[in-house]
Amino acid sequence: MDIALLGELALTGALVGAMYGLVALGIVLIYKTSGTANFAQGAIAMMGAYITWLFAAGAGLPMWAAIVAAVIVMFGFGMLIERTVLRRMIGQPVIMVVMLTFGIELLLRGAVPGLLGSAVKRLSLGIPQVPVFLGDMLINRAYLIGGGVSAALIILAIVLFNSRSGIIMRAVSDDQGASWSVGIRVERAIAVAWGFAAVAATAAGVLWGSMQGVDWSLSLLLMKALAIAILGGLDSIPGVLVAALIVGVCESLATGILDPLIGGGTRDIVASVIIVITLMVRPYGLFGHEQIERV
Amino acid sequence: MFYRRAGIRHLDYRHERQLWPLPFDKLLVGIVVVLALAAPFLVDRLYLIAYLLPWLIWSSAALGLNLLMGGAGQIHLGYGAVMAIGAYSSVHLVRLGVPLELAMLAGGIASAVIGAIFGFAALRVKSLYLAMATIAMQYIVDFAITHIPGVSGGGMASIEVPPVRFLGVRIEGDLPTYYMALLVCAVIAMFLLNVNRTAFGRALAAIREKDYAAEIIGIDTFRFKLLAFWTSSFIGGVVGSVLVVCYLRSVSPEQFHLDLSIQLLAMVIVGGLGSVLGSFFGAGLVLFAPIVFNNLISHGADRLGIALNADLRAHLPLMLYGALIIAFLVAEPLGLAKIYDNVRNYFLVWPFRTARR
Repeated sequence: MDIALLGELALTGALVGAMYGLVALGIVLIYKTSGTANFAQGAIAMMGAYITWLFAAGAGLPMWAAIVAAVIVMFGFGMLIERTVLRRMIGQPVIMVVMLTFGIELLLRGAVPGLLGSAVKRLSLGIPQVPVFLGDMLINRAYLIGGGVSAALIILAIVLFNSRSGIIMRAVSDDQGASWSVGIRVERAIAVAWGFAAVAATAAGVLWGSMQGVDWSLSLLLMKALAIAILGGLDSIPGVLVAALIVGVCESLATGILDPLIGGGTRDIVASVIIVITLMVRPYGLFGHEQIERV
Repeated sequence: MFYRRAGIRHLDYRHERQLWPLPFDKLLVGIVVVLALAAPFLVDRLYLIAYLLPWLIWSSAALGLNLLMGGAGQIHLGYGAVMAIGAYSSVHLVRLGVPLELAMLAGGIASAVIGAIFGFAALRVKSLYLAMATIAMQYIVDFAITHIPGVSGGGMASIEVPPVRFLGVRIEGDLPTYYMALLVCAVIAMFLLNVNRTAFGRALAAIREKDYAAEIIGIDTFRFKLLAFWTSSFIGGVVGSVLVVCYLRSVSPEQFHLDLSIQLLAMVIVGGLGSVLGSFFGAGLVLFAPIVFNNLISHGADRLGIALNADLRAHLPLMLYGALIIAFLVAEPLGLAKIYDNVRNYFLVWPFRTARR
């Protein structure tokens, strides 16, 4: 195996990983503010891509306008989920909330392709097909742009977390009761987190949809996002970036090296293996905080 | 009216510990047992094979999952994979000439061992992580089965179940398959009814309510969680082999994908966490609601003259499962069993409002 191919695989993997990381960003954001895991993130990414397609192909908007419109719609949708279902579950055990978000995932996975059509939709961002040459390495231009945009958005999220609304979210994640007592509107902070999570998922959905087409399989991003969120630590946004690169590179290398040996399909399994190994070795992830429960 | 009871009057401890203290409940259970036994002679063959048999098998699986989710409060999103392990192990053993009874138990043990390994990884941390570990287990087991030719028979193959005997009866035709599924289902249901009366069941209940509080009163939470995982996976493995032997007749990887896990999860939540009766209700609703709903919709569309989208009909079951899970978790977290219980409690002291205590 020559070094150029390995380098190509690793670089492509890192870019793909950054795009996975965008989905994971939403999971971490919601976990940080409300302490529940969002298993609906994959389906929300799928829905975002579908909505963008609907605006672009159905309403005939130019691509940039369709994306902006979809981001606004999905932000509202994220807040709507929180307002209508999640808020009723406050005080219920974690297992109930996890199952509820999984139920949302199933509902969307069925309803969105069911209503908008399950055939693959084309979503073109106008990125040329010609690859970029880096020495001996060939890099897909779509991956390059997608990975760059994703990494920029994740870094933007890290920066935003130091702004006023970010500080509010951190306060809420630290202690909901204490936040109440100093006048922070806890529910609104959680709703905003859901909104931003939906926006991040939409961005990822659009980027992936432009490459592989828009259909239900976009919701499979959930597994990769969960792996990234677990590996990086569920409550660490910088962890997302690091873990995204690790997961992406691992997946790309495993696909490139193992697939010819065992006959394909490794791509779908790498994320699962990373989840299990992380839980065995370091359950709170690379940057996560260990939680100590008091009676 | 039916129950003829106002207030609770236990005369001794044995009376209090009975499974069905009320005569009316005993009568009801008796009627159900007689109907279940006589079903092959009462209903059409089509209904027996296409509705009753899957209902029994899926209920058994839901019971096994309910022990873990309702009994111990641990989430499991990969129960389909657990059943796959049991199904494949037992089919391979049967093909090697091992008697079916032993092969079923061995399949259960194989499921329990592999399931417990995944549980072992996740049980050290909160239940949230368990959800992720079990969903990862689903994918890993799927992958292993399809990619190890020795297990799946290579590629997209399906393995035929050879002719087998169960307790001396050849399992072929309608009657033996139905009675075998009924027997296994009854054994599992009796086990689950009784487990709540044992120290094991009480320990699980304590863990479900608050695991560190259980630890403080002297329950080894990790051990009991793992034990719950083990028992539940064992039941899953046995049911997996019953599913293959009685219903599917041949085993192939796609029968045990995430779809099956989702179905079972929906059954447990819709039926009612921790309720034996609820598992039967939930399995019935989740299995038959998409069929009924689909028929109703296409019938309605025909009447109104609307051409129905094929995509919509294909995705209807998934939508329905999601909607059922959300609706029950928000409106009635304890499921259909709780609704039944509310009705029963009302009639328990009818025509009065509340029981005298």
